[in-house]
Parts: sequence; C-alpha cells; structure tokens
Amino acid sequence: MTDMANKIKLSINGYPIEVNEGTTMLEAANEAGIIVPTLCHHKDLCVAGNCRVCVVEVSGQKRLSAACATPCEEGMEILTNSLKVRNSRKHIIELLLSEHNADCTKCYKNGNCELQKLASEYKIMTQDFIELAPLRKYSIDMYSPSIIKDDSKCIRCQRCVRTCAELQGVNALTVAHKGSEMKITTFFEKSMNAVVCTNCGQCVNHCPTGALVEKNYIEEVWEAIADPTKHVVVQTAPAVRVGLGEELGFEVGTRVTGKMVAALKRLGFDSVLDTDFTADLTIMEEGTELLTRLKKVLVDKDKSVQIPMATSCSPGWIKYIEHMYPEYLDNLSTCKSPQQMFGALVKTYYAKARNLDPERIVSVSVMPCTAKKFEANRPEMHDSGYRDVDYVLTTRELAIMIKQAGINFMKLEDANFDRIMGESTGAAVIFGATGGVMEAALRTAYELVTGREVPFENLNITPVRGMDGVREASVVIDHPLKAWAFLDGVELKCAVAHGLVNAKKVMDAIKKGEANYHFIEFMACPGGCLGGGGQPIPTNPEIRQKRAQAIYAEDAGMPIRKSHENPEVIKIYKDYLGEPLGEKSHHLLHTKYIPRNRY
Amino acid sequence: MVTNYQLKRVDFIFRNENDYEDVLSKTIARKPQELINELISSELKGRGGAGFPTGLKWKLSSESKADEKYVICNADEGEPGTFKDREILSKVPFKVLTAMAVCGHVIGAKRGFIYLRGEYKYLKPELEKAISEFAYYCKEIKFDFSIHIFMGSGAYICGEETALFESMEGKRGEPRNKPPYPTNSGYMNKPTVINNVETLAHTFTIFKYGAKRFYDLGVQYSRGSKLFSVSGDTPKPGIYELELGMSLADFVDEFGDGDTKAVQVGGASGFLVPRKKFDVTAIGYQGKLTGISLPTGGSMMLFNSSRSMYNVLDNYLEFFREESCGQCTPCRVGCQQLIKGIKAVKRGEKNAKYLDKLLRLTETMQLTAKCGLGQSVANSFSSIVENFREEMIY
Repeated sequence: MTDMANKIKLSINGYPIEVNEGTTMLEAANEAGIIVPTLCHHKDLCVAGNCRVCVVEVSGQKRLSAACATPCEEGMEILTNSLKVRNSRKHIIELLLSEHNADCTKCYKNGNCELQKLASEYKIMTQDFIELAPLRKYSIDMYSPSIIKDDSKCIRCQRCVRTCAELQGVNALTVAHKGSEMKITTFFEKSMNAVVCTNCGQCVNHCPTGALVEKNYIEEVWEAIADPTKHVVVQTAPAVRVGLGEELGFEVGTRVTGKMVAALKRLGFDSVLDTDFTADLTIMEEGTELLTRLKKVLVDKDKSVQIPMATSCSPGWIKYIEHMYPEYLDNLSTCKSPQQMFGALVKTYYAKARNLDPERIVSVSVMPCTAKKFEANRPEMHDSGYRDVDYVLTTRELAIMIKQAGINFMKLEDANFDRIMGESTGAAVIFGATGGVMEAALRTAYELVTGREVPFENLNITPVRGMDGVREASVVIDHPLKAWAFLDGVELKCAVAHGLVNAKKVMDAIKKGEANYHFIEFMACPGGCLGGGGQPIPTNPEIRQKRAQAIYAEDAGMPIRKSHENPEVIKIYKDYLGEPLGEKSHHLLHTKYIPRNRY
Repeated sequence: MVTNYQLKRVDFIFRNENDYEDVLSKTIARKPQELINELISSELKGRGGAGFPTGLKWKLSSESKADEKYVICNADEGEPGTFKDREILSKVPFKVLTAMAVCGHVIGAKRGFIYLRGEYKYLKPELEKAISEFAYYCKEIKFDFSIHIFMGSGAYICGEETALFESMEGKRGEPRNKPPYPTNSGYMNKPTVINNVETLAHTFTIFKYGAKRFYDLGVQYSRGSKLFSVSGDTPKPGIYELELGMSLADFVDEFGDGDTKAVQVGGASGFLVPRKKFDVTAIGYQGKLTGISLPTGGSMMLFNSSRSMYNVLDNYLEFFREESCGQCTPCRVGCQQLIKGIKAVKRGEKNAKYLDKLLRLTETMQLTAKCGLGQSVANSFSSIVENFREEMIY
C-alpha cells in the first residue's frame, strides 16, 4: 500500500524529505528525526489539533499550522524551531500554565506530566500572565473508588473525551459549556461514580497531566505491611510483569516476573502469590461452565440457559454490560474474575492451609487495572466472610512503592512466588493479552472433551491472537470422549473483542441476531489487560504490541501451559473445592450481576 | 489620500422583484460552467466578512467528486452590530432561495439548508412559508432541489463554517481543522458551498442583471455593493446598501453625529479606526487601495467622544471570552488573559508595559488559534490599545 502512495517532496528545517501524500507535518518531522512537542495528540486517538503546542511555520504563510492536524504539501518549507514558532509555543505553554493548578510538588503526576516536561524544556521560569487557576472554584471528584478527577489540573486537551468515545464508546466524559467556562465533565456534572463509567481508567492512562489519576492506596498498604498483627498477602496479575519494568528503567516489553516477586518480598509482604493461579482456576470453572451450558442448550434444549457465553474477567466490561446491555447478563459467565477468586480463597483455603486467622489477613492485589479497585469494592465480593480483596494497586502504584522503598530494581536477583497459590501455567499468563482467556480456555476445554491437545502447533492458537478489534475463530470437535458425544462434529464458534467500542460491535451483532457464537472473550481495554488503565503511562499501539510479545514469550517458556495441568489447581480441587462448579466453587468462585441504568 | 469616491447609495438587494420564478428557470437553463464564469467575472466576494471569492468557491465545489453535495446559507448572523441578514430573509427571501437553488444546479447538490440563528426564530414561520412556495415552483418546473431550515442555538462560534457543520451534524459546535476545506469536505464530510445570506442575494442580482452591472460598482478588488449595519452614536442607525471602496471620512460625514471619535468596522472581530485615520481608511477588501483597506461583514459602529474606549474593549473581550468555543488554548486562555490583563492595568495592579505583553499575546493568538474567532481577537484589541493607550491606563 505505502509503496503505491504518491510521494511528495518538502523540506523541514532546511533538510529535504520525501513523504507519502497525506502525511501530517508532525509525522514528517518525526520521520526526519525532529521532535515537535505535542499535548493533545495521542497515537491511539483521532487528531484534535486543539492545544496548539505543535504549531510550526510554513515559509510564505502568515499563520502557523498545527503540525498534528495539517497534511504536508509538495514543496513546503516547514520550520519547527523558528523564532516565530518558539515565541508562540512559549506563549501557549505559559497560557496553559496560567490556567493550570501548577502546584507540581503536591501533584500525584509530579515527574510524569507532559505539561511539566514541556514547561521544563522551554524553561518557563516566570509567570507573567495572571494566574487563573486560583481564581476559580474547581471541584475534585474523589467519590469513585477508581478514579480521581481534578479539574484544576485539566488543560482541556480532550484526550480523555476522545478516549472514552473512540476507544471505549462509553462517553462518560464529555465537554460542557464554552469559552472560559468550557470544561470536561460528566452527565449533569455528576460524580464519576454516579454516571455510566466503567472505571476502565483509559482516561487516566491517556491524561497528559494530573487531572485524571487513579485513586491510590499506597499509604494504606504501607500501613498494613507495618502492622505486625497483620498477615499481608499480595497477588499479581499476568499483565503487571510485562509492564512494571517500564516504570523502573527497563525497555518496553521486558519481562520482569522474577524481579517483581523479589521486590514485593523486599517491600515486606508476608506472602507473594500469583493471580495466575486463579486464572488457571478460572479456566477450570469457566471451561466447565461453557461445556455444561452447551450440553443444556444442545441436548437438554433448556431455554433458560443462554449462549453465547461471555467471559467475566474484565470488571470494566462487566460494568459496561450491566449498564448498556443488562438484558444479556445471563450470557455472562458466573465466574468471578481471577482477582476475586483469589481474594475469596485467600481468606478461606489459604488461611486454613497456613493456619491463619482470616481476620488478620490483608489481601492486596497488583493489577494493570483501575476497574479492579471498583470490583474489589463491590458489596457482593465478601464470600469469604470478609472483604475478599482489601486493596488494589495498579502497576504504577507498585512502581511508586518500589521507588519509595529504595529498591534498586534493575539489580534485583529473580525470586519465585511463594506457595500455596503461587503456581501457574502459560495458559494463565496469556490472560494478560487480548485473546488469552479464549486461548487458555480452548486449550483446556478441547482436551477435556476429546482427550487430545488442541490441534494447533505448540498449543499456540494464533487465530485468536493479534490486535484486530474483533477476531473470530472456530474449532471443530472431532471424536470427543464418550461423555461429550453430543459435541461430535460441532463447530465451536468463538470471538474475541477488546476495547469497549469493539465489545459494542459484537453485542449489537448479537442483539440483531447476526452473530452465532458459542463463546466470546471481552476485554474492556485495548490490547486486553496489558493495555489496561493501570499500566505505565504512556501506553500506545507499539507499546501494547511489545507487551503482548512479552506475554506470549512468557507463555512459551513455561514448563506447563495448560490450566488443568497446574498441580496446585489439581490439589485444590482434591483437597478443598471438590469439583468445578461444585458447591464450594459455587459459593466462593461464582457471582451474580446487577442491571444498571443507561444514564 | 484614498479616494475620490463619494458615498453612493445603491438599491439592489431590497429592490422588490417579484420575478424569482423567471430568474430561476432562465438561470438553471444555463450551463454550470457559464454561471461560474459569470460569478467569477463579477468579482463578488463573500459578504460574511472573510471575503473569499464566491465564484471560486462554487467552482471548487463543482469540481469535487461526491455522491452528494450541499448548499448551506449561513444565517447565523451573530457578529455584534450586524443585523442585515435578518432583513434580507424577511424582505426578500426568494432571492436567497433562488440563489441556493442555482448554486445547487451549479455544483450538483440536491439539498440546501438555511442555518438560522437561534435568536431569529421569529423569522421561521414566514421563511417556511416562502420555502414551501418555492418548493412548489421547483416541483412545477421539475427542478430537484429542496431547502430546509436548521435552527441554531445561540452560539456565536456556530457562525464559523466548520463549527456550523458540526452543529448541524448534532455535535458540539467546535471549528474543525483546516484543510480539508468545505468545498471538499463540509457538511457530512461532503462537498459543501456555504455562503452568507447577503452573498447569495448578490448572486441573484448578478444572474439577473449580468456580472457587469455588479462589477461596475465599487473599486478594484472590492467590486459591487454591500449592506452596512450602521449603529452606535449616529442620528440615523439602520441598514444601508452602499458601494464598496468609500472612505471612512465620507462615511462618517454621512452617518456621524458630528462628534465621532472612532468607528468599529466589522464588529467585535473587526478593527477600530480612530478619527485621525478616517481619511486614509477605505472600506473594502484587502487590495491595492492606497492607505488602509478594511473588510467588513457590514457592521459599522460609531462612537462619539462620550464613550470610553476601555469600556468598548472590555465589552468586546467579555464577548469573546464567553463565545470562544474553548477548545484551543490561545483563544480560550488568551481571551481570559486579555480581559483580566486590561482590568489589572486599569486598576494599577500591572504597569502600563503589561499592555505590550498583551499585544504580543494577541499576535500569538492571531498566528496560532484554530479558527477565525481566536485569530481575530487581535484586530479589535490591537487597534483599540494602540490608538487609545492612555484610555486603557488612566
């Protein structure tokens, strides 16, 4: 394609360059190795061109052009650093700062703020303009368990608005009012916990300043660790191990599993365990649930049972379907997410095995996700008799704690997860990537039904991998075991959707009767958990790609790659749970959903 | 010195001509290319204020390839001190409707819209009557073109053409990035001709009487006549059709109250001309007139010596602060800084030199703002501050 495109010649800062027709000035500058500063621009999002920081001069034109929004033309002479550009750009940064609550030392994003970085680059030393931020009454919305919204730090770049609309199709955040009163707000300016917000945190991940940040529980966790009467258990989600390194000096896509475990031990957690264990357990429960549903639908013709069955690991997706498609809640797997299964087991199975009083256990999880904070806070998540998960930290919060503790992360020796509930398989780690739950489920379900491995080379079910928004795959069940004879010749149709805007496409197809899937994996965030709202900032398409590669490399390197072969999983069914979908499982590992309003 | 042109009153726009059926059927019988050439040779420029050559606009749209195209009449007349378009729509609506239909014929559009300013809702019933009569005639002559009214909701920014499209598409009225331009990608991302009400009315004149009648009026680069909305300290406020190219001195002789201190040409987004520059200022589009030549959407506000220019500027800035859409930094924050800035200077909280900083800020706004609103705040600010600096300080 790109070879076919018409080429145009132009110069940037005097250097000639040839680009494809339609290339923006910003892209051309980047190709030429010239950095043009941006704020409202993000590779995930459509062009806005509203911050005007990226203005450049085109010789012969009176006005400056926004490089992000203006296509190159033949023969243009673009200047990205002329005096006119510099003066204007500096003015714009000064204007943004005058409207911004620039109390940087007291800001959660201090050190990872794009506006701060620009101010530092352009050495804005004095504030000549009148400071507008203190003259306004700004509200800080702290009511959501996941997200804090501080309007005084907002620069109105609308990245969050575009994120919520384009990536997620949720439109929780939108623009209201005009002129000086223009602001980013919610439906009727209600608080974030009172509107249709999935808590996915993509807005947080895309915010260039501290206007949208996760609600952090760092101090609470430090306090628990310091309390000698508490036994503090931490679980870590699959996607964290391929993201955490980015915050601590490693290249994007570096796997830091061993170092992460070592760091958690040094932070003082009493037991460092793995959400991957309950990911494997999820596969056992969810796989069995799928097969049971298929039997009820295909053999028993039970009209009360719904297919397609949808996965329930992603709390952003759960809240989305509760709001937007409440009539389809019966299609959701009743399985709790791995985090919540883990929480319920820590204060029951684990407590019993380690002979601990569950009341003394503080259960912490490290997640790539802000919606997990909301999920842990759901009133029904108390099946252990206590709050199953006490505190949820994002990947970013863990990185902050590691830095606070003075741990030289790069130099740490790898360590292993503790037992019990620390063993996992390759099937569990791929939960962190879009398509991973589907792949893990197929690896197990196919084998349960046929007694043979899935017919894909090295167990890699490549059709469900990748970054296309909606992907489809099917597996024909051939010569099943006797108990599953009814599935003989059945083509099991699966779909994978990530990013809620893609989830919407699939759900609308189902609603119209245009989709006849049996099983669908939904992930709220683009790329799945590895692109979660709690992952390191920035996250963009290339970064997601690299994290995904790391996830699949981690899977390929695991000695066991099928959930049902996890020895600890086999053991927990033998010692404690009995069987998948058994009574104890039902009580601890399954849940129910609540229809919510669409507004 | 500019000119020997005297102020010449013209009567084209409001001339009562009950022959739109005749003009329409005769005009659409002509080839689009011929009509474009006629328009181009008339040198008609957009009467909304920006002055883009109308013939060229139609030509570009006609050359754009698309399954659908649109004609939009911009009746979101919101510039402070402008009140001519509502008069055209209530007195001679058929001229506008005919022009829209002709434009549809020229560019290949089947649908036209009138984007009517929210405050002009009272015009709607009469206008709808005219539209249905017009539709009846189109049907009679088997000409496929329909016109619809789209009501604005009171935002000044929606008069900016791309914000207007956004508004029509049901979105927030915010200007788009340009390019693409409306002639390629306008309403619904289809090629669109968007013309001011008055521009369309002038094309009626041109198609009826020929380009020469129009071209013979005015001066080089500023051909034809124009409606002026005259207000402020004048004994005879109102709407006047005058030939372009007049000197401001002649204008003030005619309309001033004998004590005219300054004239704001082109509304809040235009320029303030002080008395000492009346002689050297001509009203027309930028071109090779000697002296200064000011374009205008037709708003002429006269101020006499009882007026404080500080208050005038404060009023304009307050208007812009509120009417900016708020999306781009230079306009949203710039307007706030300007208004807070002149207040601080007036109160003595900032010294007089701060005005120079603000002038430089308006330069940045002019260079970097996304649309005409933010870019043109500099016009009134710099022309008022530079000419009446002492009134800003004391």
